[in-house]
Amino acid sequence: MECRAITTDGGVRLEIASESRHCAKVRTAVKRVAERAGLTEPALTCVTLAVDEAITNIIRHGYDGRRGQPIEVEVRPTTHDGKKCIEFFLRDRGRQVEPNQIQGRELSDVRPGGLGTHIIRTVMDVVDYSKRDAGGMQLHLIKYLEPCTAPGADGPRGDVS
Amino acid sequence: MTADPSSVRSIRWENSTAIVELSGDVDMHQTPKTHRAIVGVCDRKPRTLVVSLEDVPYIDSSGIGMLVDVFRRLKTQGAVMRLCGLNERVRGVFEITKLDRFFLIYAGLQEALAG
Repeated sequence: MECRAITTDGGVRLEIASESRHCAKVRTAVKRVAERAGLTEPALTCVTLAVDEAITNIIRHGYDGRRGQPIEVEVRPTTHDGKKCIEFFLRDRGRQVEPNQIQGRELSDVRPGGLGTHIIRTVMDVVDYSKRDAGGMQLHLIKYLEPCTAPGADGPRGDVS
Repeated sequence: MTADPSSVRSIRWENSTAIVELSGDVDMHQTPKTHRAIVGVCDRKPRTLVVSLEDVPYIDSSGIGMLVDVFRRLKTQGAVMRLCGLNERVRGVFEITKLDRFFLIYAGLQEALAG
């Protein structure tokens, strides 16, 4: 299995192998569905980035970098609590972890790595990790069709210890 | 010198300043070879490294992490790194990760060279 896309009602379901070269295809598909659903910049780029980061985390941590493992990405416009939104499901068959252990790190600790979870939690309105009965993890994300604003920053500038 | 066109478009020197121009998406797929190329530049001990992201439409946390690593390498060498040419979307990623105030970011290459 390399990369397979199945069009659903206004959305798309992608089945990809755990390889970074497929990330660009997922970004394109996610962006297309989100744009059609009415999401505009900068939120469009934000959600695309968040889904990209989620896939990166699955490849790196769920599968420990093993290639050829299955990842399913489902994107669809819907309503949640009466509000229009875009819903995402990412499913894998990798290592299971306790959902409450999946945390972004402190950004004041400036170093490479560990930013993906922070980005996902910053961008998305609902972030819900769960263990799948069949093995692996599921990540459920919701982004409401509202403007996305990147938070202000108070970190250090040009200095790191 | 021209490197892989899908990640490092060009590397050139102006005295002790190295200028690296990146192009294309800087994501998990491209970052390893981009990192290798930039570390190769760092090994030649520049006093200043300017990284132009003018032709980079997209960057993810892998790319940002790579730049943090390069920044730290240069700092241990007593050198500095400057970024320039970030489009609005790329700048947004720096803002989400609160690294827009960590890096020295300039509008364009000339500003970055002038410091």
